[in-house]
Amino acid sequence: MSGFGNAFSSSIGKKFIMGITGLFLILFLIVHCGINALIFLDDDGLKFNIGAHFMATNWIIRAGEYVLFIGLLVHIFQALRLTLQNQKARPVKYAVNDGKANSKWYSRSMGLLGTLLLIFLVVHLKDFWVVSRFTGIPTVDVNGHENLYGVMKVKFQDPVRVGVYILAMISLCYHLLHGFASAFQTMGWNHSKYNGIIKNVGVWYSIIISLLFAAMPIAVYAGLIK
Amino acid sequence: MSTGNMNLTLKVWRQKNNKTAGALVDYKVTDISPDMSFLEMFDVLNEQLINKGEEPVVFDHDCREGICGMCSMFINGRPHGPKDLVTTCQLHMRSFKDGDTIVVEPWRAAAFPVVKDLAVDRSAFDRVIAAGGFISVNTGNAQDANSLPIPKMQADAAFEAAACIGCGACVATCKNASAMLFVSAKISQLALLPQGQPERYRRVQSMVAQMDSEGFGNCTNTGACEAECPKGISLENIARMNRDFASAKFISEETV
Ligand code: HEM
Ligand code: SF4
Ligand code: FES
Repeated sequence: MSGFGNAFSSSIGKKFIMGITGLFLILFLIVHCGINALIFLDDDGLKFNIGAHFMATNWIIRAGEYVLFIGLLVHIFQALRLTLQNQKARPVKYAVNDGKANSKWYSRSMGLLGTLLLIFLVVHLKDFWVVSRFTGIPTVDVNGHENLYGVMKVKFQDPVRVGVYILAMISLCYHLLHGFASAFQTMGWNHSKYNGIIKNVGVWYSIIISLLFAAMPIAVYAGLIK
Repeated sequence: MSTGNMNLTLKVWRQKNNKTAGALVDYKVTDISPDMSFLEMFDVLNEQLINKGEEPVVFDHDCREGICGMCSMFINGRPHGPKDLVTTCQLHMRSFKDGDTIVVEPWRAAAFPVVKDLAVDRSAFDRVIAAGGFISVNTGNAQDANSLPIPKMQADAAFEAAACIGCGACVATCKNASAMLFVSAKISQLALLPQGQPERYRRVQSMVAQMDSEGFGNCTNTGACEAECPKGISLENIARMNRDFASAKFISEETV
């Protein structure tokens, strides 16, 4: 390969890919969470449906959707590759290993947390993305927009689904509690003047995003928004 | 040897060589002084085994004062035992209680094969150093130190990185058996100083390539290495290495 040699096949290069795709997913979640939070306006989903309509029709967003799926697939594929390689690096396990003495459990469980997220993503895409893109949204709202809000209200009547979403958001929170700051460290963006900020923003980001997402099915199920 | 009042049960990994399987074997040691180092306690155990006509436990050690990095023992689930910032030779029996059971295992990593019992082969580290952990200079008189001004902060950071003793605790404790802390310390100690600049970007590429080919895992930033390193080597070094690696691969025109 021209000049770049083994840039992306080396251990650090593979981590760069993890870090970049992870940060990209973090940015995506801000947009996703922001638009979804429109349901809390409690206007029978009118603003939310406008947002959903924009996301489904704007060509830049539609092009971005491909980038998002590619980014997600690369993140998952690379995670799998790294996890398998890392297991091979220690073929004989310790009889006693006191991990909690030196690191956080969620930093050691990124593969597990990610796998839970992956299972959730399959359920979640089937719930909403497949409906809005393929099988069709059955009703329209008073503005004449496809009523994705209506779809959501029906889906979140199911307590099992609500439970699955809440569990997934707990996994997301822990995945990000480690992942956010970890991505900066991986990219080499470590600087004594900024490390504290990165850490704090990471913690707040993880908690706020997962709480907001989890509040959605809870609010609908509990009948807090009409 | 001074006698004391501690009686302990040891579960020690015994393995004949790299080809045979090993197992934890139970031993009792009695009258251990709390002032003994962990290695001295092992000396007592070995004398006991020799007197009984059994094979003593093979373990690495040399300086016994925390500077050579040889004394690799994974004690109760942690490299060099329960204390922070010490090697096994600096660990004292007062860190344990009378009647304790102590499990002692070798470093476990594909890149550190067991030689015998608790001794592992860490020559993978030597090969990483040989790949670029040096500066090339002509022999002759050293030039005047003041001709190369180095900011104090920079000199301190280089010195802190240079404190790495190559013990391998970072690899041993890392869930991925990654050597990133060691390699980044060895890269940083030179990258931070003017003498290291001419080969800076060549060095990071060759040392990382060698690290990868030795079969160490990939860092996931759990921070276990930094927490367990007897010399307090900082994760900052890993970030610096990653930065240098990116510069080397994507900006510098030199390919290795
Ligand atoms: C929206 C979803 C996701 C977001 C926002 C996200 C974000 C991140 C971030 C920021 C990192 C840290 C990268 C680094 O340290 O350089 C990371 C690492 C990781 N992710 Fe994800 N991720 C998501 C989904 C997933 C999924 C679905 C999986 C698995 C199937 C997964 C598995 C992993 C693994 C194994 C790591 C490696 C741990 C590490 O290197 O520190 N992630 N993720
Ligand atoms: S970085 Fe620390 S733990 Fe790793 S080899 Fe050097 S001194 Fe030992
Ligand atoms: S024997 Fe040298 S550091 Fe422990």
